[in-house]
Amino acid sequence: MHFIADKFDGEYETSVPPVRTIVLDRPPEPVRPPEQREALRPVRDTAGLERLRLEDVSVSYGGASSLGRRGANAVRSVSLAIHQGEVLALIGPSGCGKTTLLRTLNRLTELTPGARREGRILLDGEDIHDLVDTELRSRVAMVFQQPNPFPMSIFDNVAFALREQGRKKPGRRELEPQVIDALRRAGLYDEVREDLGRPALRLSGGQQQRLCIARAIAPRPEVLLMDEPCSALDPISTGVIEDLIGELRHELAVVIVTHNLAQAHRVADKVAFMYLGDLVEYGAARDVFEDPRAQRTREYVRGAFG
Amino acid sequence: MSWRFSDRLVLAAAWVTGLALCAIAGAIVLYMGYRGIQYIRPSLILSRPQPSTTQAGSGGFLDPLLGTIVLTLIGIALALPLALCAAVWIVEYGRPSWLARVVESSIEIVAGTPDIVIAIFGLAVFQMQLLAPFSFTSEDGGVYGRSFIAAGAMMSLLALPPLYAATRDGLQAVPRHMREAAYALGKTRVTTIRRVLLPNVRSNIATGMTLGISRIIGSTAIVLILLGSTLRIETQGSFPGIDLLRGTGSTLTSYIYENSPAGEGGAPQKAYAAAFLLLIFVLGLNLLVDRISSSSLFSSV
Repeated sequence: MHFIADKFDGEYETSVPPVRTIVLDRPPEPVRPPEQREALRPVRDTAGLERLRLEDVSVSYGGASSLGRRGANAVRSVSLAIHQGEVLALIGPSGCGKTTLLRTLNRLTELTPGARREGRILLDGEDIHDLVDTELRSRVAMVFQQPNPFPMSIFDNVAFALREQGRKKPGRRELEPQVIDALRRAGLYDEVREDLGRPALRLSGGQQQRLCIARAIAPRPEVLLMDEPCSALDPISTGVIEDLIGELRHELAVVIVTHNLAQAHRVADKVAFMYLGDLVEYGAARDVFEDPRAQRTREYVRGAFG
Repeated sequence: MSWRFSDRLVLAAAWVTGLALCAIAGAIVLYMGYRGIQYIRPSLILSRPQPSTTQAGSGGFLDPLLGTIVLTLIGIALALPLALCAAVWIVEYGRPSWLARVVESSIEIVAGTPDIVIAIFGLAVFQMQLLAPFSFTSEDGGVYGRSFIAAGAMMSLLALPPLYAATRDGLQAVPRHMREAAYALGKTRVTTIRRVLLPNVRSNIATGMTLGISRIIGSTAIVLILLGSTLRIETQGSFPGIDLLRGTGSTLTSYIYENSPAGEGGAPQKAYAAAFLLLIFVLGLNLLVDRISSSSLFSSV
């Protein structure tokens, strides 16, 4: 590099911006290794209220009914139950149908042209097909892979979720307690309390994701779906969100899709392993990780493929 | 030095072009500023034009100034909802796709049509018996076809394409996850469009509006043909507001044309003064939109 600088009289030096402005949620501290965190997590045996029940759910994309053909389905005949107070992790290699299954639970797949669903999904005993999709989605909330706050203020992001459709009522004053409560439950309030009018896009990535969680849990949903919520975040923000997931499971059922086995290890009470659209194994996290029944699960959990 | 000769040549050409453009813009502003300040008087702006045989008695250009403002407001008021609806439909619905293609190319055709053609077409349309209420009808039943509303309607065709294109580009640039975020909160499509997407593209709409407004302000052909070319604003009828829409008048551009040596008038001083005012209008507009677009990126509480 030296000779280049000499040759061009330092022009190249000035054209490169300094790479120093990395903003973190909080001062860096060493991240605890996964084993240690796993040991800290209390083992939960008491199953809470059943929230969601999936019966023979299949999803296919594109074309006419192709459920008979093998390989055409993104998700094939999945049946499982999701309980209040537990975190269910959907794991499996890329393209195995985890995200599709997750998006089926709040009927977000219906936005994709050609997507078809078969089987029944019951939310508190009610078929979600009989619910109005907007009502379903406020009861089964979702957090996405990429933090996606609206380009509004922090307050408005949460208030938008609470207001009925496009209404401007109830006003700021009436909503304030609920907004603050949601921010507090998402563990964000203490960091933003000075100025809730700040644009949400000026928050850091981790804060933005917690704002998205606050927005999702503000209307008091029964189920929270999370699609790889930490994959765009740094390890410290990931740690904060994982702790938050541990807190949230007391008030709702959490379903999380993750590529990260260590993360599934850390946060999940139940684990469902999917492979090519099939539910291969489903059970308590400890059983799936330590004593998997299926050969595929064993290989995946050991990192043999994926 | 390691620069090749041809590279240096292109670099030099880029410099020269850039500086030349600055010089041309500067020359226009400075010359018009010099002429304008030389001739412009508050009395010119504040007094109405008078029919007179001498320049001293022919008054100012209050009416053309108001004409420009009224025509711009009518044009934008008609173009804005149409452009927004078209852009939202194309980006958010856009089905069937053949219809979307037809809509897209129709707007391109309108965008490519010279304003003199739009003006002639507008005259033919507004002279139809059906549209007689939009202008005045002579005693023998002929429809005049020239009025503020006729000119404004055709002006909206000038403003619509840039407004549509800016809004469409803005909506297309909104990432998919923003829409999904709103849907996942249980919001309907309409709510998502109104509360998330449109506020998100406000700066694009503002940019499109400036482009549209400057096309309207700058158009002379439509004014000469469709506004009736009366120096003063002449109202038609007695209902306040409506009489203005049905009335005739002129704008700053037609005033400049009529008074410049190119037109029939011989009052270049007044033409310069009016041109200076027009320039200030457009520059002020650009400044305003710059401010709007930089401040509305994030909406307030």
